[in-house]
Amino acid sequence: MGSARIAFYFLLLTLVITGLWTGSASAQGPTPTDDEVNRIAKQLYCPVCESTPLDVCPTEACRQWRDLIRTMLAEGKSEAEIEQYFVEHYGARVLAEPPNRLATYLVPGIAILLGAFMLFRGFQMWMKPSITGAGEEAELGAEPDRDPYIAKLEEELKKQK
Amino acid sequence: MTDTSIPAPRRGVPLWAQIIIWAFLAGLLVIVALGLRRAQQGTVQPGQVIEDFTLPLYSGYEFDGRSEVHLEDLRGKVVVINFWASWCKPCEQEAADLQQAWSEYEPTGQVVFLGIDYVDTEPEARLYLKKFGITYANGPDLATRISQYFRTKGVPETYFVDKDGVLKYVQIGPFKSIEDIRAQIDPLLE
Repeated sequence: MGSARIAFYFLLLTLVITGLWTGSASAQGPTPTDDEVNRIAKQLYCPVCESTPLDVCPTEACRQWRDLIRTMLAEGKSEAEIEQYFVEHYGARVLAEPPNRLATYLVPGIAILLGAFMLFRGFQMWMKPSITGAGEEAELGAEPDRDPYIAKLEEELKKQK
Repeated sequence: MTDTSIPAPRRGVPLWAQIIIWAFLAGLLVIVALGLRRAQQGTVQPGQVIEDFTLPLYSGYEFDGRSEVHLEDLRGKVVVINFWASWCKPCEQEAADLQQAWSEYEPTGQVVFLGIDYVDTEPEARLYLKKFGITYANGPDLATRISQYFRTKGVPETYFVDKDGVLKYVQIGPFKSIEDIRAQIDPLLE
């Protein structure tokens, strides 16, 4: 009878300790998996090894950063909060994608448009003489928008023949 | 030659558009050139007055009880600025010597050591500071603003600023001995 009581109390104590341990562990949150850490890490670049994303970077500095992400995830921080923390501490250059600012997209957009315009105009000017050349056999004046310089040149050449 | 009285045709890009395009291209070239120049410049050079910066300090590593330090407030003292990181193995070679030097110069009140923790995480940084028994003011280089100003090429790097705020010497890499540190500080105290 005595040994049964001891066994009962032992079982009860075990259950209480297990319950307390589980409770404290769940208060801290489950340990984030490598995939969860890497989902955020791949959006970051460490300034020490600039061309390598954090999720695959083998350096000690990057390992520490991944550990920090894991800790912050366990503390319940969101992805945006973690990214914000890294930007505040290490600068916006750690982001794989630049911050969503107007100038970030406006300047390249303008540059591309200007480049396209210049290419278009250059192509137009380059094509014009060859179009005229193709119509060499045609009568002068048959094309109302012909270049007057070329028309004059052809006229002079004809006179010299 | 024959008659040249042909009306000037309208062709090509209008003048105003050409000016804008060339100005834009010139601007881009200037930006690229400045970037290249900056990349090749190396660190700030001795003789240059170091601009003011603010260094937030880790708890337990404050300066005169303050949680941040402004370089301007340290005019009249020799300032030793050491960039380091806990992941940096060469930094460990000089950590004990720097602390030893600080222990020697702290009582004079004429020298201030500032440790600037570059691209590091605070828990690891604290372990490092504890491991080497470092007691002088230390804090993180937030958003790498200070290291960008100094144009550091890595860690460790140490900058010696005289009492007038002029940079006197730059040590790239770790010090070999405490004598190397003394050799830079002592002339600035005379």
